[in-house]
Amino acid sequence: MIEVSHLFKSFDGEQVLKDISAVFETGKCNMIIGQSGSGKTVLMKSIIGLHRVDSGKIEYDSRNLPDMRMRDIRRLRREVGMLFQGSALFDSMTVMENVMYPLEMFSSSTRLEMENRAKFCLDRVNLNEHSYHLFPSEISGGMQKRVAIARAIALNPKYLFCDEPNSGLDPKTSLIIDQLIYEITHEFNIKDLNDFVFASELYKQVKKINQ
Amino acid sequence: MNIVKDIGLYSLLMYRVFVKPDRGRMFWKQLPKELEKLGLASLPIVIIISIFIGAIMTIQTKLNTENPLLPTYSTGLVTRDTLLLEFSSTIMCLILAGKVGSNIASEIGTMRITEQIDAIEIMGINSANYLILPKITAFVLMMPFLVIFSMAIGLTGGYLVGAFSDIITTADYLLGIQYAFIPYYVFYSVVKSLVFAFLISSVAAYYGYNAYGGALDVGKASTNAVVNSSILILFFNLLVTNLMLN
Ligand SMILES: Nc1ncnc2c1ncn2[C@@H]1O[C@H](COP(=O)(O)OP(=O)(O)OP(=O)(O)O)[C@@H](O)[C@H]1O
Ligand SMILES: [Mg+2]
Repeated sequence: MIEVSHLFKSFDGEQVLKDISAVFETGKCNMIIGQSGSGKTVLMKSIIGLHRVDSGKIEYDSRNLPDMRMRDIRRLRREVGMLFQGSALFDSMTVMENVMYPLEMFSSSTRLEMENRAKFCLDRVNLNEHSYHLFPSEISGGMQKRVAIARAIALNPKYLFCDEPNSGLDPKTSLIIDQLIYEITHEFNIKDLNDFVFASELYKQVKKINQ
Repeated sequence: MNIVKDIGLYSLLMYRVFVKPDRGRMFWKQLPKELEKLGLASLPIVIIISIFIGAIMTIQTKLNTENPLLPTYSTGLVTRDTLLLEFSSTIMCLILAGKVGSNIASEIGTMRITEQIDAIEIMGINSANYLILPKITAFVLMMPFLVIFSMAIGLTGGYLVGAFSDIITTADYLLGIQYAFIPYYVFYSVVKSLVFAFLISSVAAYYGYNAYGGALDVGKASTNAVVNSSILILFFNLLVTNLMLN
């Protein structure tokens, strides 16, 4: 469970997050909605410590992130997967290498096991062998999003953060991605924090911010 | 005020860079790539510039010392010492600051603005260490080779003037470049270049890593990297020269 209370964050005097409190429960899809520029991305990045908040608490099962040392934050992050708004795939690596990256970094399994895991994740997001050796610049936006999801789930995260998983996608693909995240959440029993601009009936909890 | 802030942030970044890599294997995987990209790929420009400067310096020196009282070996000697002391280290590094510095700053800057660095951080990896350490290590390792190579090629450039024109005879030139040779100059030059290599790669990494905004800002970061590392090279040139040649 992630509990956020009285979060404040400003950039150069411009207040972006004002007194945000929320509870994200285990095993549920939680969703944040808000206008463009309202601070959804900033809130998510604050929750995982990519932005340092001005004040407030962010408790992961009662471990308060702002009080944690860098080394502990890093350990916590290994339990986290994140899908970025712009996919953030490594453009010097192929699709396969992108998904292999977290595995090579952290898992102690053999190369074959890692490859199998990567293939499983890519398969899970409906990407076939044909795309494994392409670079991010050679695949479509929807495929990039799906590769990014595969990379985010490679290490079996406890928490999955998705920043606008289906912005800029056609309705059909975005429905597929919705479905995918929903299924993955149940399969892996992860806490899912979704950043959506529009509501979708798949999501049970809605957190409104800043308006 | 800004300069104090920059120095502070730069130090903090270096403090994060110089730690043991999370995964040694990943460091060793990155290092050869960087050696190739920053070192080997710089060879062509080093060769072209060194050969021309060596030749031009020989011609200029010869033309400006048309004095029967000066010994015939003086042209070769002046060319050699200029190459060894300043050109192959300082000037070469100023040129490489343009090539390598902008390469590093734009690569890391692009990764920053497209959230690739955030993606690395979110996996619990020290992104500064993962991205920057192999680059600094590779460039510092390659630099002595580039410098010594540049010296050799520069001297060859001068020789070609002797071989293909009647401005100077090859015999005079060869005598000149061997006359009163001080090996310490090579050592001094290599030490200087190591300092410069560190400055170029770390300053460029700093500007790239702290880029914020869009593609335009990556351009700005890489300009800043080149300008500031060039200034630092000149400043440290003075410092190291004072320490080593006085
Ligand atoms: N690193 C930063 N430095 C300064 N200001 C920032 C930074 N990141 C975000 N902001 C500001 O914070 C505000 C909220 O931005 P954010 O990216 O969170 O919006 P968003 O809700 O995700 O919008 P969108 O739906 O368009 O992605 C914006 O006004 C933006 O200018
Ligand atoms: Mg956003």
